[in-house]
Amino acid sequence: MMLAVIARRLAAALPTLAGVVVVTFLLTRALPGDPAAYFAGPAATREAVEQIRAQLGLDRSLGMQFLGYLRELARGDLGLSITTGQPVLSDIVARLPASAELTLLALLFAALAGISLGVLAALRPNGWLDNLCRVIATLGVCLPAFFTGLLLIYVFYYLLGWAPAPLGRLNAFAAPPPHVTGFFLIDSLLAGQGETFRSALAQILLPALSLGIFAVAPIARITRGSMLAVMSSDFIRAARAHGLSGRTVVIAYALRNALLPVVTTLGMVFSFLLGANVLIEKVFAWPGIGSYAVEALIASDYAPVQGFVMTMGFLYVLLNLAIDLLYRVIDPRMEVTA
Amino acid sequence: MNDVAAATLVQAAARAAPRVPVLEVADLSVEFRTRSGTVRALDGVSLQVHRGECLGVVGESGSGKSVTAYAVMRLLDPAARITGGRITFGGMDMLGAGDADLADLRGRELSMIFQNPRASLNPIRPVGTQIADVLLRHGGVTRAQAPARAAALLAEVGIPDPERRARAYPFELSGGMCQRVGIALALACRPALLIADEPTTGLDVTTQAVIMDLVLGLARARGMATVLITHDLGLATEYCDSIAVMHAGHVVETAPTAALFATPRHPYTARLIGATPRPGLALGDLASIAGSLPDLRREDLPACRFLDRCERARPDCAAAPLPRRTEAARMVACRYPL
Ligand SMILES: Nc1ncnc2c1ncn2[C@@H]1O[C@H](COP(=O)(O)OP(=O)(O)O)[C@@H](O)[C@H]1O
Ligand SMILES: [Mg+2]
Repeated sequence: MMLAVIARRLAAALPTLAGVVVVTFLLTRALPGDPAAYFAGPAATREAVEQIRAQLGLDRSLGMQFLGYLRELARGDLGLSITTGQPVLSDIVARLPASAELTLLALLFAALAGISLGVLAALRPNGWLDNLCRVIATLGVCLPAFFTGLLLIYVFYYLLGWAPAPLGRLNAFAAPPPHVTGFFLIDSLLAGQGETFRSALAQILLPALSLGIFAVAPIARITRGSMLAVMSSDFIRAARAHGLSGRTVVIAYALRNALLPVVTTLGMVFSFLLGANVLIEKVFAWPGIGSYAVEALIASDYAPVQGFVMTMGFLYVLLNLAIDLLYRVIDPRMEVTA
Repeated sequence: MNDVAAATLVQAAARAAPRVPVLEVADLSVEFRTRSGTVRALDGVSLQVHRGECLGVVGESGSGKSVTAYAVMRLLDPAARITGGRITFGGMDMLGAGDADLADLRGRELSMIFQNPRASLNPIRPVGTQIADVLLRHGGVTRAQAPARAAALLAEVGIPDPERRARAYPFELSGGMCQRVGIALALACRPALLIADEPTTGLDVTTQAVIMDLVLGLARARGMATVLITHDLGLATEYCDSIAVMHAGHVVETAPTAALFATPRHPYTARLIGATPRPGLALGDLASIAGSLPDLRREDLPACRFLDRCERARPDCAAAPLPRRTEAARMVACRYPL
């Protein structure tokens, strides 16, 4: 049953993925800058640049370039990065865990904070928590994530000195833990390296907070509205008429029902986070795929940008699949309507 | 209040003085504060139900039947205010009771079944689990015993194959089956009083009779007191020992069923009887009730809220107070009764 659903969803995602492939190809061709000139260097002659252009295949027609691109994709070849000299695929595979760890932690933080705030606000509409919620929502909309990041660095690193320097995933003296998942927080625990875990946690806290804060507001708002609607429904009155305790009514009865629209929102919020990630990684010198893409973009290096957008497309499809499955776990009614 | 004390309260009261009502509502008034004004939903409502008795509360939609039931359960909306009167259940003052005591009482001594059976069940929790929730709260069963007890309760309300149905979700059951689950939930802990708020409205006619027989059969077998709320005077006549007729937030007449039918004293009761199908009466003879309920937000509501619809109205009918004549087991709230 579950497998059939997964297969159906993946099949439905194929057109999206095809679209991602076409758009990434066209987008990078439309970007300003001449990679051949960049690669050849400022002192190169016109002939040298043309030679390199031919080497890179950039002198062929757009259609021919696209066919070549597809052939390479089919082989799992995302091309070479001109700046790092490495295959883009291996660059991305090496940097993806850093981005994933940061984004997932930010999402976890945003979900916990947003859902708790939303529930508390709904239990006492127009109470002080409800008003706090509204303030956070407004701030979250006004302040871009990278600005929050800079602000947090200024306060917690520069003024208070509580946070370590915003320079990557570990402090300069710690070595990465043995690679299992690529998530330093998990790998260091698996290897029993308490010191490494502490360093990784200290480094990731600020970027995860700056990324997560702006997702708290939409989650809290949706949770509040959905909780208010559920709390006034017949079955909640009935549950209370049967004497169920406040905790059971709020958590097992109301919240689980109220989470259904929240889960849908989480998907959208996650894709926002993926976007905001790019700037946050730059601000915190985080060695993820976002900062990789920005550096490549500045250098007119097509292949990594292409690879990055494609990776995002795939992540987005996978994420929606995960959300869909989670929804099914919570809501038994989905099986009939699907 | 501890469990044992509460459990014996009602029985003790019944033993000591057999004619002490299980539930007594005296002079109850309820208002709703809304943006468009104050709705005076109940005004001086008085009711009594004795052990083993069934009281029918009859009136057209909007007359305050559900508000009365929710007030007794102490489950009114936050916008509601109880502005006067007393509610005594098993000797306990329901208006003075604390939230914890009330929650202990609900579902154990005082239960309710609702009009819309499917909407009154948690849509994403198996029905057996919902019954187990109530049993674990009040029933003195262990987590291991609860599923078997829940299935036994489902069998008691006539659900075939109860072990399998216990795992079903409300959307997988028919309306009649959902109402059987609602009955099982309400009667799980053998309460002293059951309030059934339009338990069969929305079910098809054959199911209606089956459900009514089931509820009243179980109530009689257990010596429970029952309040049957319905807009259908015919249904109330069939099942109830006495009937209270409600109109626009007033109880306009209370009488033993046979007496009410033989000699209605309030003009509204007479009209209700005229509008009720019964053997030997052609459909064409059924009178419909002219006019509609007054707007309960009006500042200048007359003392008699039936005034505008009454063909016997005289000028002094509008003057306060609304006379309530009590003789033997009957009460009528009319200055010039039939
Ligand atoms: N939450 C509420 N806010 C405002 N008015 C209400 C509310 N609930 C009930 N009322 C009003 O109280 C009156 C009685 O309603 P109700 O008890 O539901 O009638 P019924 O006899 O059909 O059960 C109606 O006039 C209704 O508009
Ligand atoms: Mg009602």
